[in-house]
Amino acid sequence: MSHAVKTKSEKATLTARRTVSYLVLVLLSFLCLFFFYVLVINSTRTHFEIQKGFSLLPGKSLMTNLKNVLADANIPVLSGVRNSLIVSSCSAALSVYFSALTAYGIYAYNFKFKKAAFAIILLIMTMPTQVSALGFLQLITKMGLKNSFLPLIIPSIAAPAVFFFMKQYLDASLPMEIVEAARIDGAGEFYTFNHIVLPIMKPALAVQAIFSFVSSWNNYFIPALVLDTADKKTLPILIAQLRSADFLKFDMGKVYMLVAIAILPVIVVYLLLSKFIVRGVALGGVKG
Amino acid sequence: MRKISRRNFLLASGAVTISAALSACGGSSSSTSTASSAAASTAASDATAAQGKVLNIWCWNDEFQDRFNDYYPEVASIADDKSTTTLKDGTVVKWTINANENNNYQNKLDEALLNQDSAADDDKVDIFLIEADYALKYVDSDYALDVKADIGLTDADLAGQYQYTKDIVTVDGSQRGTTWQATPGLFAYRRSIAKDVLGTDDPTEVQSYLSDWDKFNDVAAQAHDKGYKMLSGFDDAYRTFSNNVAAPWVDGTTVKVDPNIMKWVDQTKEYTDKGYNNKSSLWDNQWAADQGPSGKVFGFFYSTWGINFTLLGNSLETPVAEGGKEEVGNGIYGDYAVCEGPQPYYWGGTWICGAAGSDNIDTIRDVMQKLTCDEAIMKQITLDTQDYTNNEAAMEEIANSDYKSDFLGGQNHIALFAEAAKKIDMSNAGPYDQGLNESFQTAFKDYFTGAVDEDTAKANFETAIKEKYPELTEVVWPA
Amino acid sequence: MGEKPKKKGSISYAKWGYIFIAPFFLIFAVFQLIPLGSTIYYSFFEYYRSGLKIIGPTFVGLKNYITLFATDLPKYFGNTLLLWIIGFIPQIAISLLLAAWFTDLRLKLKGQTFFKTVIYMPNLIMASAFAMLFFALFSDNGPVNAVLVNMGLLKEPFSFLNSVWGNRGLIGLMNFLMWFGNTTIMLMAAIMGVDPTLYEAAELDGCTPNQMFWKITIPLIRPILVYVMITSMIGGLQMFDVPQILTNGKGGPDRTSTTMIMYLNNHLFSKNYGMAGAVSVVLFLVCAVLCVVVYLGLTKEDDGLSKAERKARRQAKKQAKGGNA
Repeated sequence: MSHAVKTKSEKATLTARRTVSYLVLVLLSFLCLFFFYVLVINSTRTHFEIQKGFSLLPGKSLMTNLKNVLADANIPVLSGVRNSLIVSSCSAALSVYFSALTAYGIYAYNFKFKKAAFAIILLIMTMPTQVSALGFLQLITKMGLKNSFLPLIIPSIAAPAVFFFMKQYLDASLPMEIVEAARIDGAGEFYTFNHIVLPIMKPALAVQAIFSFVSSWNNYFIPALVLDTADKKTLPILIAQLRSADFLKFDMGKVYMLVAIAILPVIVVYLLLSKFIVRGVALGGVKG
Repeated sequence: MRKISRRNFLLASGAVTISAALSACGGSSSSTSTASSAAASTAASDATAAQGKVLNIWCWNDEFQDRFNDYYPEVASIADDKSTTTLKDGTVVKWTINANENNNYQNKLDEALLNQDSAADDDKVDIFLIEADYALKYVDSDYALDVKADIGLTDADLAGQYQYTKDIVTVDGSQRGTTWQATPGLFAYRRSIAKDVLGTDDPTEVQSYLSDWDKFNDVAAQAHDKGYKMLSGFDDAYRTFSNNVAAPWVDGTTVKVDPNIMKWVDQTKEYTDKGYNNKSSLWDNQWAADQGPSGKVFGFFYSTWGINFTLLGNSLETPVAEGGKEEVGNGIYGDYAVCEGPQPYYWGGTWICGAAGSDNIDTIRDVMQKLTCDEAIMKQITLDTQDYTNNEAAMEEIANSDYKSDFLGGQNHIALFAEAAKKIDMSNAGPYDQGLNESFQTAFKDYFTGAVDEDTAKANFETAIKEKYPELTEVVWPA
Repeated sequence: MGEKPKKKGSISYAKWGYIFIAPFFLIFAVFQLIPLGSTIYYSFFEYYRSGLKIIGPTFVGLKNYITLFATDLPKYFGNTLLLWIIGFIPQIAISLLLAAWFTDLRLKLKGQTFFKTVIYMPNLIMASAFAMLFFALFSDNGPVNAVLVNMGLLKEPFSFLNSVWGNRGLIGLMNFLMWFGNTTIMLMAAIMGVDPTLYEAAELDGCTPNQMFWKITIPLIRPILVYVMITSMIGGLQMFDVPQILTNGKGGPDRTSTTMIMYLNNHLFSKNYGMAGAVSVVLFLVCAVLCVVVYLGLTKEDDGLSKAERKARRQAKKQAKGGNA
């Protein structure tokens, strides 16, 4: 009998906790979604309506704005989406794979400069990047890599923050016994990393892939310096170009429409990867 | 043109103004200025010899591209993606368009100009466009060619242009740019409010009430008594003061704050404290809303483009895109009128420069001649696009016609523009104008809102400009 | 851990360590080390542009640093820390809470995918676009003011963007909204990496969710917490785009929202690599010192952490197995 009472009160507290959780979540979701709502609403309004202030109700210019964006020969939206996809996927893939590799290298092996290497990477992370843009542009100009995607993709191999996350994740979830067991089974080092360690790291990989993808997708500053021709430009550059249109053509409706178009693929990628996180955990071979 | 101002709200705000750090880093720096002037002279002398087949034009939006494609008589064909335009003689015009958000356009242009000597002939910048804000940065360098001595325009070619448009891009008697636009400013007021406050909406009579700042302030007080605001924001009147200073901002390495600028401070503080303005900032939502049907603001300082486009668009209740018509009855269409206001000023403008080192001098000359000096083309641009063009004769012709604007209640505002444009005196323009004006407005906005006292605002201004311009050593305030 | 493989390993495996970290350091050396070196180098020079004219570089020793400390540097440093804290405290608190809820198997929240997706979404919008929306919402005649006035909470519209704390609050709010989803997901990934048998065992032992959270989750995800703390602090000290955008690049009333990097950016207007370099170096030193303090403070003895934790985990697992049996 006392057992039954206990379960009942447990159930009650569980319901209470659930209610509070839902309340907080709904409130936060509202806050987050509200901005998207305004964004979408504004993409259906004309420039002058937007300038005059805020509205909860959509305007009637969705198709007009869409047509205007797509019809602008100087704003090649489709190639912009393609370019952004190429740059962001490649740099996300490179940064995640090589950061995991580096983190594993430092986590799993003992070598002379191990601690120094770790410290150096952490120090790099603390260096403000703003100033080094100048040297970077000069460098790639000398290397003949201007107006190419390579200088936007290759440097993501050295991503200290992603590395740091991977290292911390390994500390928390990879027992060395698994690696040692693999070695005893005769697995090569790269084989062990690719087939045993990487699957264990799936949630971490997915998480950092999302972050890298998004930050690359939204990056304006460096791509704007590197890319010159219209067929190479990424979406943030095109948005900036719309925003600097002359008075005859300056149209906030168009700007919001392009921002909305630019967000769509990221949401799709995010949805795909967020499922992958869950699955990665479910499959995760870590529980040995 | 108007990006200048919009920059306050969008571009600079736009984000991350890491005014980066282009070239410069290496050691190549010290030799550049001498090398480029040499390049300028060789370019000029080689000009007649061989002309390049590629004309590179650098700009930050497609405004000039459109003017070029539509009005330059030598255009033969335009690529589908607009990235190139082919001329009748086979020259290919390559458009390099870099938005100026985060100063990106200037960063890349600087990089390209500094590397002009080492670039292959077909990669060299031939023409680049600049805005009034930072015009002097390029004009006061060897990278922009003298339009007469280097490019070969004659005084006769330039005679039809408004003097102020030439003064802005002239350094030590050498004119290094030319423009197809003139952007004289006026004061656009609400007829209904003027009638309520002054008993008349006639532009000549209203002008007589507003012809100097003392009268203007009197009207502000009367408008306030009737429940109106004279101006919308803090910066509305700024240009009318800063365009009428007695000397350039900087003398040697000393910043001399002009008494006229301090008059703006006093006036704006008074307006803010007494509620004569609506505490908005240029281009923000409040400011735009104040121009519309719900606005209670007496008037706005606006130049050519602003009246025909921004003000008109903001005045409508139902936008054109949603089936609204530009006609009386839609919002406050027809309720605005323009007068000269207390002092002449200009707002906006885009200039064309020829780049030192170009191998297309003949083409540059022809482009400048056709697109900035040719009376017939100028007139046509105005008739087609309402862009007010930089040709006195063509504009006078329209001014003297029976042209009238329904938006302005039947007024012929071109006539007023034509009058105003001649009175603008920009001989005191200098390379520091943009940076100092922006810092000044920022620092004193805190004073207007009451966040700091006047001395702190002054100190913040001094701090800000010494960050921007390390070479400036001291600031002298008027006694 | 047999004797044999380990001995073999210590000879041949070290090589693999170098091989695995080689790509990172190679790319780092090419693309970052050179620019980094020049930043430090030029901090000892007078080197800027006046228009398009290049002044310098002229060696001036420590002059840039002396000038720097004669300015309001401490004020900007204080602003930066303050702005970081305003955003970080709610961020870490809410993120921990959400991560715990999402991973709590007994709570079985429905619509998790939806919520997880939604909370990260503000980070998908470009900061500049996000700021455009903030302007629209919080302007004097914007909807937030309209609602507050209608509800009678305010007599007249509050000028968020023109008041010191209004401005700082909005910057904190924007940072919070942009990053709490990110942090939640990272913490979730960390919690999901924790062996579920630990929770099962604890539950059998009659632990409350609260106890499990503080006694199992927190200690085991400490490496990731350290990560969040340090990266957020570095991000905070390098805070730039949000205050830059929200204050139109002006740094708020009376420069009260001017951060270190915004100050640095002011010097880049004239491509003043001398002063910008000096600010970078100072910021770098401050960052490095703070990171070391936090890292050591949170992990106690550096290398011992992971071992100790693995030991704790093994013990817990043994107990769990024992409990089951």
